[in-house]
Amino acid sequence: METVKIKNNSHSVIVEALTKKFGGFTAVNNISFRVSGGEIFGFLGANGAGKTTAIRMLCGLLMPTSGQATVAGFDVYTEYEKIKMNIGYMSQKFSLYEDLTVRENIEFYGGVYGLSRKEIREKTDYLMDYLKLWDHADDLTKSLPLGWKQRMALSTALLHDPDIIFLDEPTSGVDPVSRRNFWLLIYELAEQGKTIFVTTHFMDEAEYCHRLSIMRDGLIVELDKPGVLKKKYNAENMQDVFMKIVRGGKGQD
Amino acid sequence: MNLILLSIIKKEFHHILRDPQTLTIIIFMPVMMLFLFGYAITLEMKQIETAIIDEAKSNESRAFIEQLMATDFFRITSADVKSNQIETIFKERKARCALIIPYDFSSALQRNKKVKIQLLVDASDPNAANFINNYVNQLNLKFNLKNNADVFIPFSFEPVMLYNPDLKSYYFFVPGLIAVILLLISALLTSIAIVREKERGTMEQILVSPVSPIQIIIGKTLPYTALGFLDSIIILLFGCLWFGVPLNGPVLLLGFSLILYIITGLSFGLLVSTISKTQQVAMLAALLATILPTIMLSGFIFPVASMPLIFQYLSLIVPATHFLEIIRGIMLKGIGLKELYIQLGYLFILTAFLIALSIKKFSRNLEG
Repeated sequence: METVKIKNNSHSVIVEALTKKFGGFTAVNNISFRVSGGEIFGFLGANGAGKTTAIRMLCGLLMPTSGQATVAGFDVYTEYEKIKMNIGYMSQKFSLYEDLTVRENIEFYGGVYGLSRKEIREKTDYLMDYLKLWDHADDLTKSLPLGWKQRMALSTALLHDPDIIFLDEPTSGVDPVSRRNFWLLIYELAEQGKTIFVTTHFMDEAEYCHRLSIMRDGLIVELDKPGVLKKKYNAENMQDVFMKIVRGGKGQD
Repeated sequence: MNLILLSIIKKEFHHILRDPQTLTIIIFMPVMMLFLFGYAITLEMKQIETAIIDEAKSNESRAFIEQLMATDFFRITSADVKSNQIETIFKERKARCALIIPYDFSSALQRNKKVKIQLLVDASDPNAANFINNYVNQLNLKFNLKNNADVFIPFSFEPVMLYNPDLKSYYFFVPGLIAVILLLISALLTSIAIVREKERGTMEQILVSPVSPIQIIIGKTLPYTALGFLDSIIILLFGCLWFGVPLNGPVLLLGFSLILYIITGLSFGLLVSTISKTQQVAMLAALLATILPTIMLSGFIFPVASMPLIFQYLSLIVPATHFLEIIRGIMLKGIGLKELYIQLGYLFILTAFLIALSIKKFSRNLEG
């Protein structure tokens, strides 16, 4: 356990034997991995495999049952308040407040993260430029198309400029063009040196990740680069890799 | 810190102002309930349908009947009824009471003999039956005093109605309504406001931010405190200006008790929100936990003192019981802190307990 406590700058997220039980049910079972700064780290798995539970533990939304984890060098058990200042989080359910305007949403989340009025104004201007939303700044968010909303939501979750970004199925329900635009945004963020931690069940998206971990029944069954995994399972694409792993075939069928 | 709180409060007001449903609850419900209770639901009785069976048909009996008709209490729906028709009249609900004046009414009166007038009352509504009985006895007394001045009555009660001389039921209802509506608004809206964010997933987003639970709670409840206060002012204004309910006591103490009571409701709402996952459950829980005890157990309609002992003890933990004594005391009797400190103390303890419990239960993460 000593090694976990070492605050290694090159590792944004360090997880050792992390476990979460809900009563008798083990949602996350003894998982370990490290994620480096600037990496796009993908979490794959069927529904109920434990992806969301794992991500929630790292964001301080759930207390682990056992194991160790640090995020941005802070312990998830004791320093979650510090973790919160250093992470951005976007859940699968998260959309902005539909009955607030685009501008009001930015103002609210900026305020919640303790930004000053001046910073909020600057951020708003920047985001309006960046997302080309000036025409819709004072429209209610519910009037925006879903793809825009998702990008808006991500930008809003990043108002406080966090180093690590957790995205829990950010593109579910979004059309392919918007998904592509969303991933361009993710790449841009990674180039800025931000660590991206993303769960998805779109296999084409999995290909975009630098490294992938595949979960089944709370366990991490594979963890490597997409290319390595394809070679190992002798598969054309990630879809095949995933199907073989989920069937429990370990590349033998 | 202040800016964080301000952001939450501002956002909450945006939600309220853009939600017609919430606005309706806040503005129209109190006014509607006030008029409903003030006019339609009244405990006063008048225009009681009455049947008369006048077997005497004399000057004296007619004088007696005229005297009855002169009051607003009786309305004669069936005069000159044959005695064999009485049952039909009651069954067809044409009358709630019937007076039978015997054929020897006049001759007995003239001979100073005691006359018995029979009063038949439909007692399927026992309260009304009692009321009618009492009223007729009073009339009887008056009639006797007037026509038999030499009858010696050793003593008599001279009732003087204090604080509400005309026995107007809205004197009783208006302060009570404030107790009901305030608790409902503050508990219902707060719990829905929090559960709605859980449902939409935005609560998760707030919980991963550095906002502390206290800031969430204060930011969420402060707007509804203001609205609850606004509501109580609306009801007070309507009550005092439209219905003419007096406000005799110290206004400042009333304001303080109102705020204390609103906080009671808010902490109730918080508590409800911690146990509900959907808005429907929150609404149901808030209604059951606030409205029912407030209406049934607090003395809003039924006096606590006439409840079975176990309910009297139970009523002690209903915040409205104490608040009703405070607000009726201040408004109608004009009493102040000196007479009300025990009730205020009770309310204070109940509120403190609820706040402590709800803050303890309000989870900083998703596990609660």
